[in-house]
Amino acid sequence: MIAIIDYGSGNLRSISNAFRRIGADALVTSSSKTMDEADAIVLPGVGAFGSAMEKLEESRETILENIGEGKPFLGICLGLQVLLDESQESPGVRGLGLVPGRVLRIPPGNKVPHMGWNQLIIKRDSQLLDGVDDEYFYFVHSYHAEPEGDVVSATTDYGIEMTAVIEKDNIHATQFHPEKSGEAGLDILRNFTGIIKA
Amino acid sequence: MLAKRIIPCLDCDLQVPNGRVVKGVEFKQIRYAGDPVELATRYYEDGADEIVFLDITASHERRETMTHVIEATTENVFVPICVGGGIRKPEDYVKMLKAGADKCSTNTAAIKNPDLINEASELVGSQACVVAIDAKRRYIDSPRESDERFIIEVDDGYCWYECSIYGGREFTGIDAINWAMECQERGAGEILLTSMDRDGTKEGYDIPLTRTMSQNLDIPVIASGGVGRPEHIYEAFTNGMADAALAASIFHFNEYPVPVVKEYLRSMGVPVRI
Repeated sequence: MIAIIDYGSGNLRSISNAFRRIGADALVTSSSKTMDEADAIVLPGVGAFGSAMEKLEESRETILENIGEGKPFLGICLGLQVLLDESQESPGVRGLGLVPGRVLRIPPGNKVPHMGWNQLIIKRDSQLLDGVDDEYFYFVHSYHAEPEGDVVSATTDYGIEMTAVIEKDNIHATQFHPEKSGEAGLDILRNFTGIIKA
Repeated sequence: MLAKRIIPCLDCDLQVPNGRVVKGVEFKQIRYAGDPVELATRYYEDGADEIVFLDITASHERRETMTHVIEATTENVFVPICVGGGIRKPEDYVKMLKAGADKCSTNTAAIKNPDLINEASELVGSQACVVAIDAKRRYIDSPRESDERFIIEVDDGYCWYECSIYGGREFTGIDAINWAMECQERGAGEILLTSMDRDGTKEGYDIPLTRTMSQNLDIPVIASGGVGRPEHIYEAFTNGMADAALAASIFHFNEYPVPVVKEYLRSMGVPVRI
């Protein structure tokens, strides 16, 4: 069972519908017990960094413990950004700190938010991105992650090259929304369920 | 590179059980086009980049019907969904997002109470707050005539654009470009810009309007009203500088299905998702 963390943010029905569509057993939950019992954890998220961290406070330890034990984790959009140390969106607020680095405002020159369908620039082999070539994925964000170290599996071009996929051990995260990216997005979720079974 | 978005719009009459899609001409005559959930699913399979549901009845009890339509649609449709019509309070945004929508669009309620944009964007994020603007040309004799309004040169003279509310039944005196800039300031994430002069005419989008809007905003602009042929969409993306194009009847009545439009755009060098 995949636990989709409900922390009062965003559109959870879409992500659970998407997992149902590919035949995966997923449950929207805020219970630590359910997260502990799950085979994998999904952290969705839209909204602001600061308010998300505030709402995640209760689940913080549970998430860190489960990831520490090696459980597959998928962060989506803001669920990617909160993995880092901090964000310009909410100065002074501490992220989960699982991936060193910062989240910065998308620089002027292009429209913000980066909203719509964009392609990936693949940086290295990744099981999550297996089969991805020139497909488009749906992005909507005003901030972008700048992680340190060799953790970026794919970027996307929006005037500047921005982080699109972070992977570090059992942590996987996409800046785009696989649950809103048509069949290409469902393939990413299928790849994630493949990682869970492996 | 970011693709230009093609967005089918479903104008929904929710006075019948499960709702039905209708299409008006210049905000008036109505034609029946099909079942909302079925049409949305077909457009998803055709490669639509996003789908807009517009509740043209927008009364309180019918919003429940819209909630059910969204819930049923998002079981099988995995692209962004925007809902407009009857969104009046921040709670309405939350309710629609819970049902599976990604964005809500508001027109009349935002003009009557602009703070709604601030409150909603703080609550659900800017990306979920679309402001719809129905703009009507107001011709003037001389470009110097106005003070603070945006005067735009069009093929038959000079005009400014007035915002209309209540589905085109009432005019506000508000300049559409100024209003859009204020919406952006207040936290809107996107502008859905409909030309009332072109809507239903199939003569093409109002390009001077779309272009001026896009040039004056940092948030995406969706062109709407008047599309009759794929060439019109090409015009909106190039001369009109639109980020997305919305259309209804060319898709509903299968005149130009989504894949045909996208193949054409790609052949003309416009980045689209195929």
